[in-house]
Amino acid sequence: MRFLLVEDTPDLGQAVLDRLTLDGHGVDWARSLAEAEAHLAVSSYDLILLDIMLPDGDGRDFLAAHRRVPRDTPVIVMTARAGVSDRVALLDTGADDYVTKPFDFAELEARVRAVLRRRGGTAQTQVIYADLVFDPLGGTVAVGGDVRDLRNRELRLLEILMAGPGRIFSKGHLHDRLLSASEAVSDNAIEVYVGRLRKKLSGSAARIETVRGVGYRLTQG
Amino acid sequence: MRDLALALALTLTLIGGLFARPALAFEIEEVATFGAGAQVVSVLSTTDAAVFAPVIAGYLETRPDLTVRYTVANSQQVYAAIAGDGAAFDLVISSAMDLQMKLANDGAARAFDGGGVLPDWARWRDRLFAVAQEPVVMIARRADFAGLPLPQSRADLVALLRDNAERFAGRIGTYDPAGSGAGYLFATQDARQSDSAWRLSEVAGSLHPQLYTASAAMIDDVQSGRLALAYNVLGSYAAARPDPGMVVIQPADFTHVLLRTALVPVTSTDPAAGAGFLSFLLSPQGQALLADAGLPPVSDTTITAAPQLRPIRLDPGLLVYVDPMMRQKFLTEWTAAVVQP
Amino acid sequence: MRRPASIRRRLLLQGIGVAALLALVLYLAVRGVAGAAIQTVQDSVLGTATVVIAEELRGGADGISVDIPYAAFSMLGAVGEDRVFYRILVGDQTVTGYPDLPLPDVVPGLTPAFYTVPYQDAQVRVGAVGRSVLVDGNRVDVTVLLGQTRTAQAVISAQMANRAAGLGLGIFALAAVLALISARSVLAPVHDLALAVGRRGPQDLRPVRRAVPRELVPLVAALNGLIARLRSALDRTESFITEAAHHVRTPLATVRMQTEVALRQATDDATRASLRNVIRAVDNAARSTGQMLDHASVIYRSDQPTQDALDLAVVLRDLVGQMAPTADMRDMAFVLDLPVGPVPLSADRLLLESALRNLLDNALKYGTADTDIEVALTSDGCVTVCDRGRGLGGGGAAALTGRFARGDNVGDVVGSGLGLSIVRDAARACGGTFTISPRPGGGTCATLHLPLR
Repeated sequence: MRFLLVEDTPDLGQAVLDRLTLDGHGVDWARSLAEAEAHLAVSSYDLILLDIMLPDGDGRDFLAAHRRVPRDTPVIVMTARAGVSDRVALLDTGADDYVTKPFDFAELEARVRAVLRRRGGTAQTQVIYADLVFDPLGGTVAVGGDVRDLRNRELRLLEILMAGPGRIFSKGHLHDRLLSASEAVSDNAIEVYVGRLRKKLSGSAARIETVRGVGYRLTQG
Repeated sequence: MRDLALALALTLTLIGGLFARPALAFEIEEVATFGAGAQVVSVLSTTDAAVFAPVIAGYLETRPDLTVRYTVANSQQVYAAIAGDGAAFDLVISSAMDLQMKLANDGAARAFDGGGVLPDWARWRDRLFAVAQEPVVMIARRADFAGLPLPQSRADLVALLRDNAERFAGRIGTYDPAGSGAGYLFATQDARQSDSAWRLSEVAGSLHPQLYTASAAMIDDVQSGRLALAYNVLGSYAAARPDPGMVVIQPADFTHVLLRTALVPVTSTDPAAGAGFLSFLLSPQGQALLADAGLPPVSDTTITAAPQLRPIRLDPGLLVYVDPMMRQKFLTEWTAAVVQP
Repeated sequence: MRRPASIRRRLLLQGIGVAALLALVLYLAVRGVAGAAIQTVQDSVLGTATVVIAEELRGGADGISVDIPYAAFSMLGAVGEDRVFYRILVGDQTVTGYPDLPLPDVVPGLTPAFYTVPYQDAQVRVGAVGRSVLVDGNRVDVTVLLGQTRTAQAVISAQMANRAAGLGLGIFALAAVLALISARSVLAPVHDLALAVGRRGPQDLRPVRRAVPRELVPLVAALNGLIARLRSALDRTESFITEAAHHVRTPLATVRMQTEVALRQATDDATRASLRNVIRAVDNAARSTGQMLDHASVIYRSDQPTQDALDLAVVLRDLVGQMAPTADMRDMAFVLDLPVGPVPLSADRLLLESALRNLLDNALKYGTADTDIEVALTSDGCVTVCDRGRGLGGGGAAALTGRFARGDNVGDVVGSGLGLSIVRDAARACGGTFTISPRPGGGTCATLHLPLR
């Protein structure tokens, strides 16, 4: 997916850029509203990540202007304003959603998915492996045409595994990506989710293989 | 009678001396004592004791602790007793309004605060109070006016006398102003009221009028036929002696009303006693007793009901004819008019 | 305790004071003028009487003829009942009257001279006229003195004084009533202004635009200045808080994002554990600042809540919608049970959202992953949020709603301890009640009861 990141804080912008790139997304980074306009003039994006306080203006004004022209690129606002009144005001100005800084990247992803799903999926998001057709936006996986709903963590687990078929993902790595750092989880949580996902994938040529002592990998055959 | 009274008065004066009173220089006509109370009220009056006796008796009924010593003198003497001698009386009652006014004006009267029951014209300040009102009238002998209209006014009388000089010659009576205080008052009031009074004096004078010093004597002579008409007679005396042959006329032009007035003199040794008796005289009970005695009570309604009645006003004007020079001048003129050769 | 000074009372007292002074002045003036007028009238009567007597003095061959006109004395009685004294002198010989009546200091002429002397225990006003008469061909000076006591004048003066006093009292009473009315009407704009300012809501920091009398313009200007300063102070405070949040949260976001990137790339377990701890600490700090801000804003608004017309069902549905992705992250879902039709209520939207959001947030945080959160709204305004979580812990419901109070069983979850306190305070400000109780079969049920419109 192509993101337009509008963020004036260099470190944060760089970190978000890095994080999105890690997941294989294309990102253009605008450090001001003027730059954002320039990018928008020449490119189209699946989603705009918009900071509110920018050196050349208020993101909310940009949002209002953005909503006046017929562009339907969804916008998720990244705000440092955490008050109830700010949240209400943000949604009233036409943002599709918002995340409050500092935000969990997984939550950002979830919200992006929710927004895109709500918008009817403008991007081609289907991922195919063996006889699996995975639609992360719709939250489904089809095994030989048999469509199965995935719960969020199953979906994210499958998304991770399908990003590198054959590659071994350690349990710790999966733990970090699936479970929030702020939440308490049991030690065998990953085993539970892997178990569930295996059930959802039953009957498929693709399977999740346990590499004892190392982790898990997606293989076929 | 007068001599007898004088003798009695002298006797009583002598007795009075026993009470350590200063000898009285004025001329007393009569002294009468009523009641037997310890406290003595001394009254000096121009009214006969016989007339006042029932009134005093009525008062003593309410105040049996009192003795009323009632001294009678003529009005000039009453004035002289208070103004000149400073005689110690507790109440002074006199028909001579001018002299009473002079006493009050010259500060010989004490303040008395019970006069509020009287109409304004019947008192002067809080010093002088009317206890009775008496119209001054004409009395005609009916027989002598046969074929003639009865005179209703001074003008009528002047015309009548002028036209019937023979019939009335020597048969007209009036007061001698030189000898009677009341007569002097009536004459001076006549003189100030109208010119017709002077014309009357002149016309009457040409008929050689008889002069009197008392109303009673005039009435006697009308009844006896000696007089055909008496002019300026006290109405109360006439009313006390009703007679079908006699007509009492209140002149329609104006009828003087004499006020019998009382004051508490400053010389009083017991002013409260004098004031007490005065209060009684002004009370309804006292007024009723006075009326029974032939002294008409002071009444505003009587005056307003009869327009010819004019109370002689208690004002400083009364002082004018008390002035010795004025008196002398008036008497000279009056005598010149009435006493014709 | 001292009562504050009252302008109205002061106006009233001053008005009454001035009225009393004026009434007194009026009384004295009327009395003085009336006294002088009576004196003048009596003097003129006295003078006329004296002149009349003097003119009636005639010279003749045998001396002076005195003729006192009756009316001359009688007219003295017209004004009142006063004692009268007279004295007529030819040369320096008294011919009639009161020989001891004092003479004037100067030789009087044809125009009456007046003087007041004590005589016979009274103050006597005397008019004196002097003229010449021919007696037997010789010129003789005659003097007429006519005196009168002043009792009537005193009586009339007293009557006039009474009337003047009555007039003064009347004017005073009238002026007092007018002072009362005028004090009230003068202060009416002040009263109106106070009412208008008092009626304003907490957020209404517009300048006062009422038309006021000129005298109140400086007051209103000062008030507007104060309001402007207050507004700018509030704005500054607000922007300070916003800036502070921004300045804290943006670096936190950077740290968190960089940590996440580092976590993705780390292979060493020990490093990853440290990085996870960093993320935990960042989340903890962010959450605490956010809730403190929310709590402060709830307390501020609780003093003077606004009355927004809301549909509780819509508010709840929107909130659940906004929070659904967060729930999804933990494989949790909100099961929403709304009544048919709107649930209208009149409440402060921000307070209400604060209460509901914290309620839902709590259920999300403490609910077990893979479970549902049942959110129910009844048509009588009762919101119930039930989770399948770890329950209330040992302290019970009352202990949890205290500020910074946390259950003894939540040490492993990031939280500030302010959530339930915000719910409780916001519910109370909305006129509602908040109760929390253990759920049969495990978990917690939080109930928010809100009064409907």
